[in-house]
Amino acid sequence: MPRSRFLKDTGLTVRMTTVMFLLGGLFVALIVGMMYLLPQYAFFIGVIGIGIAVWQWWNSDKAAMRAMRAYEVTPEEYPELHGTIDRLCAMAEMPKPRVGISEMDIPNAFATGRSPDRAVVCVTTGIMGKLTPEELEAVLAHELSHVAHRDVLVMTVAASAGIVAGMMARGAQYGAFFGRSRSKEGAIGVVGALVISLIIYAISFFLLRLLSRYRELCADRAGAYLTMKPAALATALQKISGEMATIPQGDLRATKSMNAFFIAPAISGATLKTLTSTHPSLEQRLEQLAKIQAELGRTEA
Amino acid sequence: MGLWDALRGRSTTSGPNLDALFLVPSAAVTLQTGIGLEPAGTGSVCFRAAEGAAFRQMQSEVVELLNADPEAPDVRSSTDDYGFTWLTVARDDITDVAGICTDLHAVNTALEEQGFGSGLLCTLVPFGDAGGRRAGLVYLYRRGTFYPFAPQGPQQRDNLLEIQVRDALAPELPIEKDLQRWLAVWGAPGL
Repeated sequence: MPRSRFLKDTGLTVRMTTVMFLLGGLFVALIVGMMYLLPQYAFFIGVIGIGIAVWQWWNSDKAAMRAMRAYEVTPEEYPELHGTIDRLCAMAEMPKPRVGISEMDIPNAFATGRSPDRAVVCVTTGIMGKLTPEELEAVLAHELSHVAHRDVLVMTVAASAGIVAGMMARGAQYGAFFGRSRSKEGAIGVVGALVISLIIYAISFFLLRLLSRYRELCADRAGAYLTMKPAALATALQKISGEMATIPQGDLRATKSMNAFFIAPAISGATLKTLTSTHPSLEQRLEQLAKIQAELGRTEA
Repeated sequence: MGLWDALRGRSTTSGPNLDALFLVPSAAVTLQTGIGLEPAGTGSVCFRAAEGAAFRQMQSEVVELLNADPEAPDVRSSTDDYGFTWLTVARDDITDVAGICTDLHAVNTALEEQGFGSGLLCTLVPFGDAGGRRAGLVYLYRRGTFYPFAPQGPQQRDNLLEIQVRDALAPELPIEKDLQRWLAVWGAPGL
């Protein structure tokens, strides 16, 4: 049987699955807590929270394109970009996503959409000017891997516990302010719900960021194996991260909500940086790419 | 890729299915009699060259293997604008499509055995006639299907000829039904 050069990364898979499991557990804990403390409103709040999550996921392509002021382009307008994506999709055996351009000087790229059939891959004009065709291909392969891994769906499901917890905190505040709960038990229920939802929101925030970093590493791996050129992705990441650091922070605030979908985050937090960032550090990503490079170059038969 | 693989962030690509390549010789006869397109006497494998010593060694081994065979005199390697490598095999007897397909199969098998099967893009057998019409029969491994590619000028395709070829070959080859997947391979050798 022909062997594959695809290096298994069991550690990463185990860590990532654990985080997803914990997020699921958190969600269950939230539902149970709500049923116990606010039995009459639990169902209502839960449905609204999940509804918001579903709505975000369903409209992710349109929302992201609008937020980045991106527009779709045809093969006639950008033949090289389309040609590169065509070939990558043929190699990865996946449907071709729509292609978008965002006229921004920030060198960045993102992929979004509710499913691989409805996905959009978008690059900024900045990234096309700064990267060589080979590096751009590596970045596109990374984004296509996000599409193949259904990362928008995974992250939305993972975020739903946080969204519901946020909704519940709001609901509890509302209840407390308007004195709806005159009885003692009612007041305890409202305060308890507020505390629990805030705790769950905080935990899910950190877990979500952790999951996001793992998904990025997975996309780096898959992208590098797809193009067979990990070094191209490494130099692209170095270029992008280097450029990002020199751009004034003020201009970048507008894109903050899009950070989770970017190839490199537009804002770097100063404190708690490693815990709260949506992307792994450059060193971590380069280290992984170097490992893949070594595996591809191994000559034993 | 299944949902379980997607959840774990793994991309698994299946290996290529190469046996369908041996359907090409009979399809070549149909093209010749039905549309008047003659085989060009070459065939190419398009793949993604990987970084590193392992791949360079494998590539030179394949070229040596084919050049050592007196039946297969010529193997050339070229790179296109998208950074893909084309390994072109040629036969002196241009009607020997079966021989070309055997060589193409050998190149593909070698790439697969060395673990680079995921880097294979397509295999192309070019055809042409005296009037300057050109059409390539492209085989997509992952899907196990064929489609015609007829370039006309630098960035234009002769869709009419492509449809003609598709209709002529539909009874004997598995033709790619999704037209979105009819990848344009500009700059392919032999076209």
